[in-house]
Amino acid sequence: MTTDAKQKAGESAAEHSGAGVPVPNRTLPLLRTEKLMLNMGPQHPSTHGVLKIILDLEGERVIKATPVLGFLHRGVEKLAEDGTYHQFIPHTDRLDYVCAMYNNFAYVRAVEKLLDMKVPDRAEYLRTIVAEVQRIIGHLFWLGSQALDIGAMTVFFYTFREREVLLDFFDDLCGARLTTSWYRIGGVENDISPKLIGDLRKFLENFNEKLDEYNALLETNRIWLARTKNIAVISAEDAINFGLSGPTLRGSGVDYDLRKYEPYGAYDKVQWDVPVGKNGDTYDRYWIRILEMKESAKIVKQCLDQLPAGPYMVEDPRVTLPPKDKVFTNLEHMIRQFKLFTEGFRTPPGEIYCGTEAHKGELGFYIVSDGSGKPYRLKIRAPSFIHMGAFDYMARGYMIADIVTIFGTYDIVMGECDR
Amino acid sequence: MTLHPTAEKIQGKFPEAFVSSKEWRGDLAVTVKKAAIVPVCRYLHDDPEMDFDYIIHVSSVDYPEDEARFEVVYEFYSLRRRQRIRIKARVTEEDCAIDSVTGIWKGADFMEREVFDMMGVRFNHHPDLRRILMPDEYDEGYPLRKDFPLAGKGWRDTFEFITEGSRKKAT
Repeated sequence: MTTDAKQKAGESAAEHSGAGVPVPNRTLPLLRTEKLMLNMGPQHPSTHGVLKIILDLEGERVIKATPVLGFLHRGVEKLAEDGTYHQFIPHTDRLDYVCAMYNNFAYVRAVEKLLDMKVPDRAEYLRTIVAEVQRIIGHLFWLGSQALDIGAMTVFFYTFREREVLLDFFDDLCGARLTTSWYRIGGVENDISPKLIGDLRKFLENFNEKLDEYNALLETNRIWLARTKNIAVISAEDAINFGLSGPTLRGSGVDYDLRKYEPYGAYDKVQWDVPVGKNGDTYDRYWIRILEMKESAKIVKQCLDQLPAGPYMVEDPRVTLPPKDKVFTNLEHMIRQFKLFTEGFRTPPGEIYCGTEAHKGELGFYIVSDGSGKPYRLKIRAPSFIHMGAFDYMARGYMIADIVTIFGTYDIVMGECDR
Repeated sequence: MTLHPTAEKIQGKFPEAFVSSKEWRGDLAVTVKKAAIVPVCRYLHDDPEMDFDYIIHVSSVDYPEDEARFEVVYEFYSLRRRQRIRIKARVTEEDCAIDSVTGIWKGADFMEREVFDMMGVRFNHHPDLRRILMPDEYDEGYPLRKDFPLAGKGWRDTFEFITEGSRKKAT
């Protein structure tokens, strides 16, 4: 055990003693002293999918944790090379299947950067609104499952109550709850109806009270505090060095949020703050996500107030599908529709990287184009995968039970991790 | 064409290793020789003028027609200066290896393992260079290479749980 890990173990033990859990007396003669190897997963309910961890244990302390990934590898990057740019949008839904909208957003932004395309104002606002609703859904899902993993089952039912309302909103918006494919290259699929705007406003009216309800269950809950305070601590320096992003990085006190740093959508037209933590522990990351939900609600409210009129899709013959009624009556439009679906559109040769702040962290797409209608190479920078790289470092010195907390604190989704 | 100031500094510091630089759609990409990848990255990370402390991704692209077939792509970000940079290095198929940058960014560990798994580029001095997404015993090659067929090379057909109907026709 390294000194670093020992120190962590010491802190963790001190915290457990503070919560009334006795610390084992190390001076007693031990009956068996050999190290134990434990296979955790891939069929473990708290691994959020199919993740396997090989744990080297000394008693109940973790001395090494080796993640084994790839159980959900579907070769999405290879598939991307075989389809047109439009055809890849539904694949992005299945990356982080909890938050499909944000994946769509990150991908279409990258393609728009490649095409150097400007999206109409109304589309930017609609995108921002839906992306932030998706962020709230993602964080609600995270809060429910993290609490469930730690043993507070009630929170799950509360957060899923609100999540359901928002998923119904998606259902009304685009006809799907999870695999939405609503974003289009150059805009969005359809406009938002006044009824949906009313629904959303009604939901946001008392959303903060709902958040208080969850917090009443957790904020001063002794078990929750003991299981999250000083668990999986990572310093700002290490978090940056590992390339962590999103709430996992901001929990360590690094003010890095692409929505502020490189504003896109309508984020620079509304007032909001980036919540930043201090201690870099699981509790801070929990608290940041709670605050982020409040900020998201603020963003959505302002965007709804400012929502400009106008088209929701760019008028660019390269990417825009012709209106359906014209396709049936006009030969040129029918040819355009046919060509867009069979060949796709051509992109200028070159390469771009475009990062987007999804609710887990920086979701980036690196696209190399050779000038044809298909991406030559498409690389997905998935935050879950990169967070798993820091898993061993963050898990050393803690108890087996804390491993579950660490999966949770990354908000890991294996569809995105394994791609 | 004038160089981007950052590219100019890299060229000034490593005149022999600098190959080219390109700015497109606001992204700065600098190509260097593969032998100098670690010194260049160390300079980008440590020098206060550069300060690229955040690693975004390590990736690779396959150009089968080119003499140096593989391109390893690194993307870094400076949190303080809010600037991105892409560093690229070419690797030949015969000597398919490049030095690892895990000593500079710990996060490069998994990213480099993924490049090795998908493209077969080896990383010298990597602490644990194994396959990461494909199974350990997988030996059909590297899936993201351009000469690897989309449908795979037949390993999947040997799985017992795949029904007869979904099996690929014998070729």
